[in-house]
Amino acid sequence: MDLNLVWFVLLGVLLMGYAILDGFDLGVGVLHLFVRKDHERRLVLNSIGPLWDGNEVWLVTFGGALFAAFPEAYATILSGFYFPVMIVLLGLIGRAVSLEFRSKVKTPRWRRYWDASFFLSSFTVTFVFGVALGNIIEGVPLDADGEYAGTLSMLLNPFALSVGALAVAGAAMHGAIYLFLKTEGDLQARVQGWIPKAFGAFAALYLGVSALALYTQPHLTDNFADLPAAWVVVALNVLAVANIPRAIHLGRPGYAFVSSSCVIAALTFLAMMAIFPNLVRSTTEHASLSIYSAASSQATLRLMGIIALIGMPLVATYTAIVYWVFRGKVKLGENAY
Amino acid sequence: MELDIVLLSRAQFALTIMFHYLFPPLSIGLGLNMVIMEGLWLRTGERRYEAMARFWTRIFAVNFAVGVASGIVMEFQFGTNWSTYSRFVGDVFGSALAAEGIFAFFLESGFLAVLVFGWDRVGRRMHFFATTMVFCGSVFSSVWIVIANSWQHTPAGHVLVEHEGAMRAEIVDFWAMVFNPSSMHRLGHVLLGAFILGGFFVMSISAWYILQRRHEDFAKRSFVIGLIVASLASWGELVSGHAQAQMVAREQPAKLAAFEGHWTTTDEPTGLWLFGWPDEEAQTVRYGVEIPALLTFLVHTDFETPVPGLDQIPKRDRPPVVVPFVSYHVMIGLGTAFIGLTALAGFLLWRKRLFETRWLLWVFVFAVIGPYVANQAGWVATEVGRQPWVVYGLLRTKDAVSKVVPGEQVLGSLVLFSVAYLALFALWLFVINEKVRHGPTEPEDDPRDEVGLLAAAIGARQRGASLTATEEEN
Ligand code: HDD
Ligand code: HEM
Ligand code: HEM
Repeated sequence: MDLNLVWFVLLGVLLMGYAILDGFDLGVGVLHLFVRKDHERRLVLNSIGPLWDGNEVWLVTFGGALFAAFPEAYATILSGFYFPVMIVLLGLIGRAVSLEFRSKVKTPRWRRYWDASFFLSSFTVTFVFGVALGNIIEGVPLDADGEYAGTLSMLLNPFALSVGALAVAGAAMHGAIYLFLKTEGDLQARVQGWIPKAFGAFAALYLGVSALALYTQPHLTDNFADLPAAWVVVALNVLAVANIPRAIHLGRPGYAFVSSSCVIAALTFLAMMAIFPNLVRSTTEHASLSIYSAASSQATLRLMGIIALIGMPLVATYTAIVYWVFRGKVKLGENAY
Repeated sequence: MELDIVLLSRAQFALTIMFHYLFPPLSIGLGLNMVIMEGLWLRTGERRYEAMARFWTRIFAVNFAVGVASGIVMEFQFGTNWSTYSRFVGDVFGSALAAEGIFAFFLESGFLAVLVFGWDRVGRRMHFFATTMVFCGSVFSSVWIVIANSWQHTPAGHVLVEHEGAMRAEIVDFWAMVFNPSSMHRLGHVLLGAFILGGFFVMSISAWYILQRRHEDFAKRSFVIGLIVASLASWGELVSGHAQAQMVAREQPAKLAAFEGHWTTTDEPTGLWLFGWPDEEAQTVRYGVEIPALLTFLVHTDFETPVPGLDQIPKRDRPPVVVPFVSYHVMIGLGTAFIGLTALAGFLLWRKRLFETRWLLWVFVFAVIGPYVANQAGWVATEVGRQPWVVYGLLRTKDAVSKVVPGEQVLGSLVLFSVAYLALFALWLFVINEKVRHGPTEPEDDPRDEVGLLAAAIGARQRGASLTATEEEN
């Protein structure tokens, strides 16, 4: 395996980590307006309270790693998708701020306002990420310098929009399962009622998007010829999807959460698989940005590999410590939101 | 109308980084104060230190959240607005940024959760460990970002290589890049600047409590901790700034000349403007007071060697003068004032008169604005003094912007950020103010104290509160 491929895989790992971890707290953000009582909303928000910030660091590190390993792709994607990126950034600010400020004043109006803002920003961020991913999977027009040659409205095509919807449904499902895990009693019973609905929406959209992808984007499965083992991932993914309702039915939310995490990981894997060896596939006659043409020097990739080798075990340790400290059902302590 | 995308992108970068930089220095500086307070609690076991640690942590958490939110914008802005720059420096700059994510942000955000929400879930030692780790994380993040930024000022350890038809910088010597001529100077200076801010922030709120005669014991002890931190850091900042100015004279003579409003090179030793207003047309400083030969002395430690002026620099490579001159002088003026103020307070504390000197306490209530201004002014001087280069001597700012982003979109995002940040800043002030008004939970009215639960419940009743209300307040 050459260094470029190693970094492609590592970026995939960072993206998976982000999608799984921030996926559930984005999903909680999408869902939390469905609980009405202030006390219950606080339980819902505090279930992600100590964790969302660390989850977001996966995105920050993904950004830094993309910049360092594949600067051409970082530059093309971020400048080409300028406006969507700005919307995501404002959305991420909105989420952080809503969560932090909501609890600081007790009047219902103040809290209603921040609740709405938390929902809106969580929804928007999830949706726009999906749309961006959709565009990356489809490919975008590039010019001779490898710069984005399309317009803003071209990003809003039907396939990309449907991936956006899929992302929202997936996050809602993942978030609902997470809440089921973290809550108890009456609230938990209601949360359980949401899971089949979110699951239904997700499963339907998943089928629809897959069909649309295979129909309009035949190039997506090209790589499967070289790596037939990837079909195993497809099969496992289907099993994991099917296991979610089963685990919920059996009253094993932990299994359901592991399953939905696997589904997200598998989808990320399949998306990476679909674009490989490109990072930005060109739909014009000009060349795509591949993991070779867009990369940093070999010396930098090696150096970054050392950094990752030292850093990743540390990151895994902190993550484990934090999730261990905050295990179990959510309670409202003195410092809760 | 043709929109100037370079100008708009510069404005947006300046807005977003200056906004971001309102929060990190407080996170770093307050973090240090919290480590000291919690350390004292661990050593002495005194409840009042616990009250301190808890109170400042609540303020810290709010500040940190806004710092994180505004930091994420920075991480992606190199790609959105400065994509040509990103292609040029990715190989060098990107690795420092990625290292920041892996080594600093995970550490910070992970242990922040324990610091803020973990009081009842982990033991005292583990909590202290978490506080220390959050502080270390914030220091590490300044290490990496300052290294990356310093490389732009004094590039080292790289070669220029052609890649896909364009030139770019590639690392050949990682350690030369890390220890480029300015990075360690600037790192020390940035950290000390943050410690000054942290100390003054603690003193400001404490002075206010003392003046209001609320939480007096708590406030006096906090004040003394803040004072010690700020006094040491202020002296350190002077030493570090002096060394740094000599480094700038060596590495970026054009920048130093702009700082000092020094146009014409002469054979005489060069003087130093204490204050004044540079006139770029007439190439002179007006309304100022100049001390003869002082600049020569500060740069060369003798009274003969002249310092080169801007006339030695080709016109197209000269930085603007007014902004660097004014912000640089503001920073140094304030730095001197901090030394004076902290020394006076230290003297009065020694004579046991500090907490009776009400006018000085009032000065300290507002003095916290000073370090904020000095930190901002320092960056403005540094960055504008680097112009017209974005990477000194290698890439010009005007050549660094994104090529494909339409001007209207940059204008749009600039407006959006301005509105959002204005609102955010107002909210931050409002919430910090609420926290300060609410005040610390002092040991004597802490329901978990020795008196036992029943007595505590009665106590809470008598104070007209219910137990659930205490919980709701946070
Ligand atoms: C001297 C220190 C310093 C400087 C110059 C900067 N930052 Fe910063 N940054 C911090 C010190 C810091 C910090 C102390 O670590 C933060 C602030 C919030 C917080 O309070 O932590 C932080 C947060 C923070 C975050 C959020 C991290 C998280 O999610 O936990 C990002 C992505 C950045 N920063 C990125 C940047 C970039 C790209 C900068 C330059 C252009 C930058 N920062 C300048
Ligand atoms: C007391 C005398 C001081 C001196 C002589 C001094 C000197 C300097 C110099 C020469 C620079 C420019 C460095 C460069 O361009 O690379 C600088 C930058 C800076 N200063 Fe100061 N400074 C002083 C006080 C302060 C104080 C009190 C603060 C904040 C509380 C501060 C905060 C900064 C910051 C944030 C920067 C930009 C970052 C950097 O380049 O290090 N300075 N200072
Ligand atoms: C590494 C990437 C960076 C790039 C490409 C960059 C580029 C720029 C540019 C183009 C400007 C506008 C200058 C002007 O308007 O004259 C600017 C301003 C500024 N930068 Fe940087 N900079 C970087 C890093 C940093 C860092 C790490 C800091 C520290 C927090 C910083 C602090 C500032 C400040 C305070 C200004 C405002 C100056 C003004 O008012 O114009 N910059 N930067």
